[in-house]
Amino acid sequence: MTIDELFFYLALAAYLVGALHYLLYILKPNQHIGAVATVVTLAGFAAHSLSHVLRIYALQRPPLSSPYESLSFFAWAIVLIYLVIELRYRNRIMGAFVLPLALLAGSGAAALPRRIAELVPTLQGVGLWSHVAMALFGNAAFALTFCAALMYLIQERQLKARHLGRLSFRLPSLELLDDVGFKSILFGFPLLTLALISGSLWAEHARGSFFTWRPREVWSVVSWVIYAGLLYARVSAGWRGKKAALLAILGFCLVLFTFIGVKVFKVGPPL
Amino acid sequence: MELFVLGLSHKTAPIDVRERLAVPERELPAALEALGEVSELAERMFFTTCNRAEVYGVAEGPLAKAVEATRGSLERYRNLDSAALAGALYTYDGADAARHVFRVASSLDSMVIGEPQILGQVKAAYTAARSQQATGIILNNLLEQAFHVAKRVRTETGIAAAAVSISSVAVELARKIFGDLEGRTVLILGAGEMAELALRHLVDDGVRSILVANRSHDRAVALAEQFQGRAVTFDTFHHEMLDADIVISSTSAPHLILKKEDMQAIILERRHRPIFLIDIANPRDIDPGCNEVDNVYLYNIDDLQSVVSANLKERQREAERAEVIIEREVGVFQAWLRGLDVVPTIVSLRDRVEEIRAAELEKAMARMGDLTPEQRATIASMTTAMMNKILHQPMSELRRRAVHQDGHVYSAVLRRLFGLEEKER
Repeated sequence: MTIDELFFYLALAAYLVGALHYLLYILKPNQHIGAVATVVTLAGFAAHSLSHVLRIYALQRPPLSSPYESLSFFAWAIVLIYLVIELRYRNRIMGAFVLPLALLAGSGAAALPRRIAELVPTLQGVGLWSHVAMALFGNAAFALTFCAALMYLIQERQLKARHLGRLSFRLPSLELLDDVGFKSILFGFPLLTLALISGSLWAEHARGSFFTWRPREVWSVVSWVIYAGLLYARVSAGWRGKKAALLAILGFCLVLFTFIGVKVFKVGPPL
Repeated sequence: MELFVLGLSHKTAPIDVRERLAVPERELPAALEALGEVSELAERMFFTTCNRAEVYGVAEGPLAKAVEATRGSLERYRNLDSAALAGALYTYDGADAARHVFRVASSLDSMVIGEPQILGQVKAAYTAARSQQATGIILNNLLEQAFHVAKRVRTETGIAAAAVSISSVAVELARKIFGDLEGRTVLILGAGEMAELALRHLVDDGVRSILVANRSHDRAVALAEQFQGRAVTFDTFHHEMLDADIVISSTSAPHLILKKEDMQAIILERRHRPIFLIDIANPRDIDPGCNEVDNVYLYNIDDLQSVVSANLKERQREAERAEVIIEREVGVFQAWLRGLDVVPTIVSLRDRVEEIRAAELEKAMARMGDLTPEQRATIASMTTAMMNKILHQPMSELRRRAVHQDGHVYSAVLRRLFGLEEKER
């Protein structure tokens, strides 16, 4: 085990403890449990960041090329965005939804081979690194949109049904969830757009065509259209609510499919 | 020195009995003074709310006698004949008394479980008793622990989390939709009493912008003035709904004043901003179909009532978790109390041995003739060291045993072995 892998595992362990505490915090309104969740997650994030830095130092390039590296970076970006939201909104209930997701992505990374592949020359260059980083960061933002939308649906359903269960006491207000969902799209959408543009530029450079109808490219464009539609309807007509939340969830499922599905089921080119 | 509780509450006595024992806060000193005349009481505290009247006491001598004397004193103080309180009074002693005090302070014994006022009332009664030196080591410790228990119950269970009145449920729902209510606008349709009550709650929670519409405009103006709101004409209230976040409707209209189609049009014009409709009118003012429109949340009086009952059940469930905490704390208190039991034994054992040591030392010194002060000091400190070494083991064992059930047995055996009983009596 290399030293960067050690820190990666430490981060995973911290995310596991953090996720459990966030879940416990939803069940028990105890500030002490909540504080432990935040501190442990922060520590995990620090370890994770350190593992990236060490890997950059060892590889002399950004750790963004193998599936392991990109999934790990994805998990790291989710935790980063979540921590910013927790501090900004002073509410840690979302952690119970986001941290398990980050843990899942991190565990997925842990399950993948970590050997350092020789990179083909076409898979290098600053343009490509930034393409990958933007795509991953954008997707991480959409992961937050997804969690907010999921919580929104639960809360909305309880309010509409006039049945406020135990969960409803703990979930944040619809207003807050809507705000988090909207702002995370607002943050993720330009990144996704830039990633699509830089990706097609790279494709033109490497394969001689901007768009080649590979599944990954097609699904990326479809999810871009969904998020664009969501943003447009919100800005032009203030459109929001249950249907918007459902669309945001669909959008993220597509993102996951393009990002992981296509990769795992080998229906596209590497990366 | 036994702890007991003597009292009655809403569970055992109807209001006409409770009010005869109730003592307003300013009369507490007089009530305590009356109890102070009971010589069978080593410590006392009087506690009343509109739902209960209780004496927390520590008996000097036999428990039954102390309870009887306390009861007599209460009856004399309030000029009641003993028939008046028959069947209504309960007594608890030992662990049951501690449990009762903890449950009362934690609001588990209240009419509305989890209501927050009771703790403050217990504190006030305790402060009053303490300032008259009516309490002592046992009640002081009991009450301090009761405050600690109440705090634990409040923070570790959700016993007080859910709202249990119609207006507070309405506010809670509004918070679930909008988060912070500061800066929100509320529109009142029909200036009735219920609307006013709900409005007061919302204003307490930060709603500052208030619109009032009423068929008779004068009443609208009157209510608006009361809350520094603005009266608007009733006929254009659909238009006012573009700005309102919360609408409380309680008109006496015989038909629906807001239909689903109206709501759909309004929500579009509101740019889908959520709106909370509260219909407390009978017959209803708002088409139930409005709830099917996205971003519209409609509650009528029955819906609010069902949330209230659900929340009461939730408190009941949380109360069961609180009982576990209380049981553990009663154990802690009992252990402390038993520890207190062995203190006299420890003190008299030490006194007894010290007495022997001093007498024997004096005899020995007299026989030994001329000794330097240093030699005298050495012999004296040797006897002290021997005494301490011999006593150390039994005393620490006794202290350790004190917190267990069999503590008093060890205490009794020690008293018999060293003949401590005869010495005291």
